[in-house]
Amino acid sequence: MTRTEQRTETAVGLPRWAFVPAAVGGLFVVLPLVAMATRVDWSSYWSLVTSESARAALVLSLQTSAASTAACLVLGVPMALVLARSRFPGIDLARSLVMVPLVLPPVVGGIALLYTFGRRGLLGETLQVAGVQIAFSTAAVVLAQTFVALPFLVTSLEGALRTAGARYEVVAASLGARPTTVLRRVTLPLVWPGLLSGAVLSFARALGEFGATITFAGSLQGVTRTLPLEIYLQRETDPDAAVALSLLLVVVAVLVIAATRRGRSPL
Amino acid sequence: MGKHVAAAGLAALAVAALAGCGTQAGGAEGGDASEGTTTLTVFAAASLKGSFEDLAGQFEAAHDGVDVQLSFAGSSDLVAQVQQGAPADVVASADTATMDKLVADDLVAAPQDFATNTLEIAVPPGNPAGVETLADLADPDVALVLCAPAVPCGAASAEVEEAAGLDLRPVSEEQSVTDVLGKVIAGEADAGLVYVTDVAAAGDDVEGVEFPESADAVNTYPIATVPHEAADATQDDLAREFVDLVLSDDGQQTLAGFGFAAP
Repeated sequence: MTRTEQRTETAVGLPRWAFVPAAVGGLFVVLPLVAMATRVDWSSYWSLVTSESARAALVLSLQTSAASTAACLVLGVPMALVLARSRFPGIDLARSLVMVPLVLPPVVGGIALLYTFGRRGLLGETLQVAGVQIAFSTAAVVLAQTFVALPFLVTSLEGALRTAGARYEVVAASLGARPTTVLRRVTLPLVWPGLLSGAVLSFARALGEFGATITFAGSLQGVTRTLPLEIYLQRETDPDAAVALSLLLVVVAVLVIAATRRGRSPL
Repeated sequence: MGKHVAAAGLAALAVAALAGCGTQAGGAEGGDASEGTTTLTVFAAASLKGSFEDLAGQFEAAHDGVDVQLSFAGSSDLVAQVQQGAPADVVASADTATMDKLVADDLVAAPQDFATNTLEIAVPPGNPAGVETLADLADPDVALVLCAPAVPCGAASAEVEEAAGLDLRPVSEEQSVTDVLGKVIAGEADAGLVYVTDVAAAGDDVEGVEFPESADAVNTYPIATVPHEAADATQDDLAREFVDLVLSDDGQQTLAGFGFAAP
């Protein structure tokens, strides 16, 4: 990794013109965040982000995002393994379908979930008979977040698996290791950085989830009103609180990304 | 090589797309000038969608070469957009409180009330939970959806709830009346509090249950023109004419057809 970087810097270099659009792109991302920070009413910032509704929203956001990241890992790791390491007819179609939530407007995802898990949905009636009520519950938030976040984990991990290749796995298998042992001792340690970044992306996507949640789960303090929903609602009456909470969400997101960057650097 | 070609192709596509955006916007403006048409931009509360589309059609029919552009959003969004300098000529909001904010910022001239709206209970077809009165909504077995108290329809719901001395426990507090209606239409909720006009607009998708306590919270809709800084007299006149149409007998009749009451 470092060797390649050095070679690029010394031998090839970067065309100078590339820095201009790169800088414009960087500004394009950073400037809105700076603009928002300038609008924050710092004297009341602390009281705004520690209000009862704000705390409830933050706690709910962190809990549901953690739960949906766990769900993404449980479902997404096997999905990525299957897509990267097995062959079956229609695998290209399967790969495309997995990506659908990524390109779908989240509201559409919410509507689709509603028609699946809603009271009158495809599975809703069966679930209701079984005594499971998903509509307007925290579980609905986790479902919505998992739906939109899953492709991030699957794509990152599948990419990592393809890059790593199957050489070491073949060696391990030829030495008599069972598939599960190969997976645990060879494959997963090899793709650990990809898995980690996939999990972080999923968490970040879940944290920012808005459209599918508001469409599918509803909005009630402490139950379904996550931080993005709280921000959207606060905008109605108290724009200062909305800006303060937005900055809080940015800070949480940056912390999450920074934490994993540090975790990855030794690799 | 193949990669380079693909990259060049992508870049060309991106440039073409960007250029396309530019031409489209420029083309629209150019078209206006050459054909001598004027655009009147009307920002209106989401609940006015049907009625204002109708009124805009009447206005265009009566004014040759005038194109009415309608933009619908929640009242609070409308206010925020106008405050941020959105190019509105006329603003019609769903409650006086939001319009008062624009008046306080000196952005609109003399608002006039043009319609009122009251709440009604919306239930899915067949009324599965058997909701007959406002008090039925307090039943814990009824999955009730309301607007959040921060938005106008939620404020009205809270007024009705307080006046009736009820303790309503909604399963969700939605952002807008459309969201409440959506949850009822989808059958997720057994009942929701929306406006009479929303029930009328939803047709067969929902059933309405009227309740006498709705008289405790009557929403008044104000309309106002947005004066132009550059003393654009013709545009201001046109805006005023649109307001006059809304306030006229014809306009009021149109609004009544969509379930609104006179102020």
